[in-house]
Amino acid sequence: MAALWTLPLLLSARLLGCLALTPPDELPQPHNLPPSLGFNISHGGPSVDLPMALRVFSVDYHHVQAPFEIVLWIMLASLAKLGFHWSGRVPAVVPESCVLIMVGLLVGGVIYGVRHSAPPTLSADAFFLFLLPPIVLDAGYFLPGRLFFENLGTILWYAVLGTLWNVLGIGLSLYGVCLLAQSSLGDVSLLHCLLFGSLIAAVDPVAVLSVFQEMHVNEQLHILVFGESLLNDAVTVVLYKLFESFLRLPSVSGLDVLLGGCRVVVVGLGGLCVGLFFGLVAALTSRFTSKAQVIAPLFVFLYSYLSYLTSEMLHLSGIMAIVTCAVTMKQYVEANVSEHSNTSIQYFLKMWSSVSETLIFIFLGVSTIQDVHMWSWPFVCSTLLLCLIWRATGVLLLTAVVNKLRRNAVTFRDQFIIAYGGLRGAICFSLVFLIDDFPKKRLFITTTIVVILFTVFVQGMTIKPLVELLDVKRKKRALPTVSEEIHSRLIDHLLAGIEDVVGYWGQHYWKDKFEQFNKKYLRRFLIREDHQARSSILRVYQELERREQRGDEEAPPLVDPRSHSRLLLPEEMDSIRRILSRNLQNFNNKQTPAYSRHTLHQDATTDRTRKPLHRHQSLGERRTHWPQMEDGEFSESHRVRAGLSRSHTVCSISPRPVLQDSSATAQTGPADPRPAGDDQVSPQHQVPAGRTPKKQLSFVLENEKQQ
Amino acid sequence: MGSSSSNMDHIPDAQHLMQETGFSAAHLVRLYERFDFLDKDDRGELRLDDFEAVSELAMNPIGDRIIRAFFSPGRETVDFPSFVRILAHFRPTDTNRTRNGRNGAQPEPANSRTNKLKFAFQLYDQDRDGKISREELLQVLRAMLEMQVTEEQLQSIAERAIQEADLDLDDTISFDEFKKSLEKVDIEHKMSIRFLE
Repeated sequence: MAALWTLPLLLSARLLGCLALTPPDELPQPHNLPPSLGFNISHGGPSVDLPMALRVFSVDYHHVQAPFEIVLWIMLASLAKLGFHWSGRVPAVVPESCVLIMVGLLVGGVIYGVRHSAPPTLSADAFFLFLLPPIVLDAGYFLPGRLFFENLGTILWYAVLGTLWNVLGIGLSLYGVCLLAQSSLGDVSLLHCLLFGSLIAAVDPVAVLSVFQEMHVNEQLHILVFGESLLNDAVTVVLYKLFESFLRLPSVSGLDVLLGGCRVVVVGLGGLCVGLFFGLVAALTSRFTSKAQVIAPLFVFLYSYLSYLTSEMLHLSGIMAIVTCAVTMKQYVEANVSEHSNTSIQYFLKMWSSVSETLIFIFLGVSTIQDVHMWSWPFVCSTLLLCLIWRATGVLLLTAVVNKLRRNAVTFRDQFIIAYGGLRGAICFSLVFLIDDFPKKRLFITTTIVVILFTVFVQGMTIKPLVELLDVKRKKRALPTVSEEIHSRLIDHLLAGIEDVVGYWGQHYWKDKFEQFNKKYLRRFLIREDHQARSSILRVYQELERREQRGDEEAPPLVDPRSHSRLLLPEEMDSIRRILSRNLQNFNNKQTPAYSRHTLHQDATTDRTRKPLHRHQSLGERRTHWPQMEDGEFSESHRVRAGLSRSHTVCSISPRPVLQDSSATAQTGPADPRPAGDDQVSPQHQVPAGRTPKKQLSFVLENEKQQ
Repeated sequence: MGSSSSNMDHIPDAQHLMQETGFSAAHLVRLYERFDFLDKDDRGELRLDDFEAVSELAMNPIGDRIIRAFFSPGRETVDFPSFVRILAHFRPTDTNRTRNGRNGAQPEPANSRTNKLKFAFQLYDQDRDGKISREELLQVLRAMLEMQVTEEQLQSIAERAIQEADLDLDDTISFDEFKKSLEKVDIEHKMSIRFLE
């Protein structure tokens, strides 16, 4: 708790610095006059009679004002964040976004009190052009790809239909309220209500992210809410612009509405295409960065930002563009650039998005202190209520339909969290400022701020206890046993096989088609030649080595009454588990940790640090069966194993004779690995549990030496 | 593509099959159409090469085992009723049925949890001795992990799996031990194809 007191101290220091420098300096400093001949040296402050004096010490604030203030704000934001994490029990109860808004409120209040005028507000341009892109880029780059695409249908369903439902519902009901409260709200027209509905209905990715990551729900739920908040940008932006342009038109016809509908599609797909284009160009560029590795990360950021700006320029969905760009270029960039560059990219992304997010929340707090508020009880209260009601009903209805088509149903508890986790944030805030001026604009601003604060504070703070209360299926803390993993994967393969027999086009069909295309064309074109054969084998080995060096400890206690020769060390257990969860093709894998802002967690999709493994000669083409999105190496026709070591193989598929002992013959071409395997069984049994961690490292490399 | 009753005439023993497996008439017709499609030579029964013609199955690591599972031991062809019976395992479990007590007169349906697990068990247990030996486990692991891990790692993994599951310490996994090791996994959901619903 002592740490909690340091926060106000820090804040006050900052504030003083802030305030002292914000009032304009009245004293003109003549320091930029050239010293003339025959100078008189004066001591002290500006003197009246000396055009020829040489200033020994002077302060010129104007010169650096803009960057200075920006840096101070960022500093304030970062120190607040630090203070928050040091402050004992607070993070457990209050989500970071709330604390930051409170800090912003405090700062805003102080500034207002001192200057008696509104503190600087978050300008919509600054928000959309500078603060939002890093966050969305970070989200896109670390998006759990497979999970996202598996749930894409559901996510789109929620994003498009859900948003439409909310917008129309809130807009129309608010209009009803305005009609009822004719006296005070009579001049708010239907279009205004719809416009307001469009900006208030959208779930905000920034707010959702910041709250959900402190709450470890299962990944499917997380991706649903998060994916929805990302994709509904297209719908929101279009509807907003649509209603805004309707407001400017003298009249609105049915044709205009129809065109508006087309616009949604154009905006969404357009953003997607722009993102794809820039992503592919970025991937191509990264192919050639071997000679100038230091600037490789820069290309990632530049191209992403460019895609965002381009689509904003074309009035397409910038968020979709930047997310698509990040998702597209990620696998190729990671294969092309050096390990250090990869690390730089990841860290920079995390850093920028953290700073952005913090700034956004602080400014939200600061901007709340305004002169422009207009309060109206019926409007504000009904908006709050309607937002909740429409969201809840929307989620319920949509889920009822979509559950019929999904393999993993969205449970009622999940639905509650989806509905309750629909937080609003800075996007609404900026959009409301952009409305053309009309008498009730201030009312809209006030209401928006109230809704944002309510959702972030009330919903943000209570969602964690509610999750615990409802016992939402949390991310499994206890790791599954090895048996469970193996058998689960077997069942997954089995089901996929049965689906093929029955002719059921599951999710796998399109994934396979994409992987084929990816392997044939994209990877050849976009990845450096010498990096193309990098397969997941290397990654496994290096992953193991890295784990050894880091010395993770998670192993459950081994209950083993049998002889010591069977005991496996925790580190080995760990790596076994990781091998399994990484390499066994998993379709409904819920073990990957959800996207997290604050940590670069080591999961399969992000970890691509590679060290050259010496002694690795011919890495032939390796074929996986169900190609993952990440390592797409799709086999064409045949699989032959030049079965020297398990790691150096050229493989292709041959039609396997089924009724013989196929697994033995088809897999082990020449008989080498079998005897080798047998040979290895006995030494292993003889080597007791005294195997040190280093040993595991060595057995990995040893196996390569063997053949 | 419809489930006209005239199609049902082609299906031998349709009523009996429906009762036995729990498939509806529409499902049966759909499955019959698929069976027909797979049966390239119109023999009325499926052979090995018919299954192998399903290209995706060839790339499934356990594709051969799955195919083998369709063939009853000793037979070289699969007729339609056998086809349907195997697929009946993958019907979603009827939650209405009382799972607690088994009506003594009625055999457990093909898509009960136990029978689903038995099907999965048999994928491991190729020699049908009722136990998964270390070697059988290794074979499956090798198939699934392909060449991504070394032989030693495979051994460790198999080792660990047997350690965890083997309660009577006979170095093999019996069906009961198999069932127990999967008690936390939602088999009913996992081993069901919704399409067949």
